[in-house]
Amino acid sequence: MNNFSPTLFTRVMLGVAVVLSAFPLYWMLVIASRTNADAIAVPPPFLPGGNLGDNIVEVLNNEDAKFLLGLTNSFIVSSVVTVSVVIISTLAGFAFANLSFKGRNLLLVLVLLTMAVPLQQMGVVPLYRLMVSLEWTGTLKAVILPYLLNGFGVFLMTQYTRQAVPMELVEAARVDGAATLRIWWNVVLPAVRPGMAVLGINTFMLMWNDFMWPLIVLTPDNPTVQIAITSLNARFSTNYTLIFAGTALSIIPLIAVFIAFGRQIVGGLMEGAVKA
Amino acid sequence: MSLDTLPRAARNNHRRARPPGRRWRSRLDVKAMPYALVSPYFLLFAAFGLFPLVFTLYYSLYDYDLAGTVEWAGLDNYTALLGDEDFWNAVVNTVAMFLIATVPQMLLALLLANALNKRFRLRLPIRMSVLLPLVTSVVAVAVVFTQLYARDWGLVNWVLSWFGVDKTNWRAERIPAWIAIATMVDWRWTGYNAIIFLAGMQTIPRDLYEAAAIDGASRRRQFWQITLPMLRPTMIFVVLNSTIGGLTLFSEPTTFYGGNVDGGSQGQFQTVAMFIVKQGFREFDYGYAAAAAWLLFLLILIGAAINFLVVQRIGGRK
Repeated sequence: MNNFSPTLFTRVMLGVAVVLSAFPLYWMLVIASRTNADAIAVPPPFLPGGNLGDNIVEVLNNEDAKFLLGLTNSFIVSSVVTVSVVIISTLAGFAFANLSFKGRNLLLVLVLLTMAVPLQQMGVVPLYRLMVSLEWTGTLKAVILPYLLNGFGVFLMTQYTRQAVPMELVEAARVDGAATLRIWWNVVLPAVRPGMAVLGINTFMLMWNDFMWPLIVLTPDNPTVQIAITSLNARFSTNYTLIFAGTALSIIPLIAVFIAFGRQIVGGLMEGAVKA
Repeated sequence: MSLDTLPRAARNNHRRARPPGRRWRSRLDVKAMPYALVSPYFLLFAAFGLFPLVFTLYYSLYDYDLAGTVEWAGLDNYTALLGDEDFWNAVVNTVAMFLIATVPQMLLALLLANALNKRFRLRLPIRMSVLLPLVTSVVAVAVVFTQLYARDWGLVNWVLSWFGVDKTNWRAERIPAWIAIATMVDWRWTGYNAIIFLAGMQTIPRDLYEAAAIDGASRRRQFWQITLPMLRPTMIFVVLNSTIGGLTLFSEPTTFYGGNVDGGSQGQFQTVAMFIVKQGFREFDYGYAAAAAWLLFLLILIGAAINFLVVQRIGGRK
């Protein structure tokens, strides 16, 4: 008997898991493409209707919701943070993995410790006061800067670089007379690109979804997309089609990234887990 | 990098021929560059990690009020918090929702990981679809679930009515609200944790199972005697992650109440993170919020320690 061949129970379980995972998203589509009367009907409708386009246009044109601005802001914030975090982490990961310097292990332990502290919730009061004194509240800078600190990124890139760039390669380049930065550019970067992709996708998704800090430091006038949905939800609480069209719009970029990079996301998660 | 590195390397042994300035520069490069490379991270850490942490302590020792006056308070904020019913209410809510969400989630994730570890077709699409919830934004999901849990027209009450269950007002009552929020958390994280468990399972050598099968161990026995004990390191990772995430829960309960941090009309599902935001940024009592943040950190440490001890015991011996 083979332990790795699926039983009927396994097949049913996988089927249920797939259906449950997809259902709320399907439901979002159903309500977003219907009318408000349908959305509160009992029994509820189970198939998508034909109003998706109209509802999306309504959300985008809604002056109060500032939805388009929210989407744009989220895109800016997520992209800037992603690019910066990937560069910072790749540089530090290279130093930790391939270079020797005094205090290296101590600093690496410090990185690990920062990963274990929920800084976002812990430090929220001083961070907010800092943003107030810099007069940055309500601006995207206030959302971007705290998130450039990403211990997980440094940890991931250190692990990845260790495995992808053998020390001999770095030493050979060194003997060749290459300076450290040149080694990083010519030897390390090409080798760690898959790790950078995993970190980048991860960071982008986390930023896109971030909620608590933007809710504190931004205003509904200059929202990220999550704040825009929250405003919609608060102001039009019974207008389900409007809110659902908004939520559907907000996850389209994520679903697109997911479909494009699904293999890397699954692979990256699994690799990261085993190494951690 | 190929074979031609060797002769060039030999040539570079005659470094003495180089101008001294260049040698000095290359030594500086080797000695100082590593620090330069890690410095962006540590500068950010100083500004956005260490500074907030230290100053949270500082703020927690002062009393702020709406008028903007600041007074030294010593440990008053902490003693006030420990006697504050609203704070304890938030602690109870947070811990209860964490338990209601995490216990079933871990069991389901283990079962799902075990199922995902079998050989079947469509492996990648199935793995991707259990991760789908993770990439969906929390707020969007909470909005959808809130509609599904609506009292009069929600799908959940409609389905329950087939079994003769009366309409539940999920948001108004305490335990139903906890359950509703726990399902949102579980929907999001069960698949992710299953994938992490799966990664751990795949590092278990197959010979162990083959040997056990030859010895006549049933599949169930193999799961309990081999899979679970071998998964312990992965489990510690997953449980610590869930502890930090669960005890700082914010987005789901906030969205469940329309983006308001009160957590229901009676605060029946206000979490500690929501309590902090309410005190700090709705009532501008910064000192009180900062003190609550430290107590939240303490709560996380206690939670992590308990979970660590529990996981250590899983799978028997050692």
